[in-house]
Amino acid sequence: MTPSPAPAPSPGIRLRGVGVRYGGDTVLASLNMDLPGGRWTCLLGASGGGKTTLVRRIAGLTHGAALSGGIDADDNAALGGRIAYMAQSHMLLPWLSVEDNVALGSRLRGEAVQRNRVDALLGGVGLAGERNKLPRTLSGGMGQRVALARTLYENRALNLLDEPFSKLDAITRHRIQNLALQLLRGKTVLLVTHDPLEAIRLGHRLYVMAGRPARVRELQLPGLPPRDLGDAGVAKLSQQLLEELAGGRTC
Amino acid sequence: MLKRVARTVVTTAGLLLLWQAVVMLSAAPPFILPPPLTVAVALVDNMALLSRHAVVTVAEILLGFFIGCALGLLSALTMLRFGVARRWLLPLLVVSQALPVFAVAPLLMLWLGYGMTSKVVMAVLIIYFPVTAAAYDGLRRTRAEWLDLAAVMGAGEMAVLRRIRLPAALPSIASGARIAAAVAPIGAVVGEWVGAGAGLGYLMLHAVGRMTADLMFAALAVLAALAVAFYFLVDVLFRRALHWQEDAVNPGKLAEQKPT
Repeated sequence: MTPSPAPAPSPGIRLRGVGVRYGGDTVLASLNMDLPGGRWTCLLGASGGGKTTLVRRIAGLTHGAALSGGIDADDNAALGGRIAYMAQSHMLLPWLSVEDNVALGSRLRGEAVQRNRVDALLGGVGLAGERNKLPRTLSGGMGQRVALARTLYENRALNLLDEPFSKLDAITRHRIQNLALQLLRGKTVLLVTHDPLEAIRLGHRLYVMAGRPARVRELQLPGLPPRDLGDAGVAKLSQQLLEELAGGRTC
Repeated sequence: MLKRVARTVVTTAGLLLLWQAVVMLSAAPPFILPPPLTVAVALVDNMALLSRHAVVTVAEILLGFFIGCALGLLSALTMLRFGVARRWLLPLLVVSQALPVFAVAPLLMLWLGYGMTSKVVMAVLIIYFPVTAAAYDGLRRTRAEWLDLAAVMGAGEMAVLRRIRLPAALPSIASGARIAAAVAPIGAVVGEWVGAGAGLGYLMLHAVGRMTADLMFAALAVLAALAVAFYFLVDVLFRRALHWQEDAVNPGKLAEQKPT
């Protein structure tokens, strides 16, 4: 047995003066953020506030937009090929079975499918019994779990998760959040959510986004994730965040 | 399935009865409109002759269908990949369709002779446009989010085409191929009418000329049966390939699938 080499530490991501403009519509303007390496950063904001645009900017998917600013990794290597992206819609390919969807990355890159990885992930998200089903037979929540498994299968240093738990019921959400925490340990994660509790529970770091063009503000969180939602401080913080988001007074 | 067979039998029997009734009521002479039974007898009596000519027509239909579909798909892919091809080929395609293909048939005979080639080319010509248009439309409208996903996953252009664009376009390609399957026999038979030495179309013209309407109807029956069978074969094959698609007309009908 040769010891497998230690995985390269996941880099931190620096966003400096990041702007995205579609025609005359400035969605983001001179945004500064730091996603610490190997940590969960949560981005909280109301729907339609530019969170998805930011994620797509990091993933390099802002087609036809005028871009400004820079995004780079603190190990100074290129970001391409080190990102896994989970969008809000599950984007499963309707002609592939659940397990083939999970292993899509391997197929697209012409690599061998890692069968036991697929098995483990499907078991983890509780869909081992649905492996041969087609996406259209799945519920929204099941589709989202398959998409999460597909994202985790990629095993990338930087994981961009855009509202990955939004369609899950409360119990499943709690379980899948724990699974994601466990499987993405040591990875750099950007989690986009509009749920203050989720952000507080999972984030090492928390940014709140608001306004148009959107601005972000970092919010200090006590302790380390996963935080206990029964904690009085957490409850108070979440209440405060909700009011802030509702009133739009973030800056 | 059994119900479908029963419906087909009832419809066929009804049409035959109607035919018989028209013959009896109009008292048309048999060289104008032969009764169904006479045609059936002619069908059996001329089985060898009919099958010899049917083989030629079937070969023309199949060759025309496959070459036309292949060319159409190839053109669609070329237009998808190269903007230059799109700008030059698309107007050409539209013009090729505005031109009545049947009017070109005598020219094809002149250039390609009375053999099978001119008929195959005729079929290819009428198949080419619907297949190209349908396939191009399908390939062009791949959902952007799937392409985004593939881009982040680091997929190459060929992998995206093979694993995402083509399967996503399959429903459109299937529509094009269904139209092609329906019109390929028209192309072949029109080609045979203009000038041929063999084939069901040739046999029909020949039979009309010799006032043997029963043989003409028998040839027509064989042609119709072949055309319908071919269409259904193509339809079934594409339905199989598209089992993952939601059937809006018959929801749940093709729902449960065997594991792949």
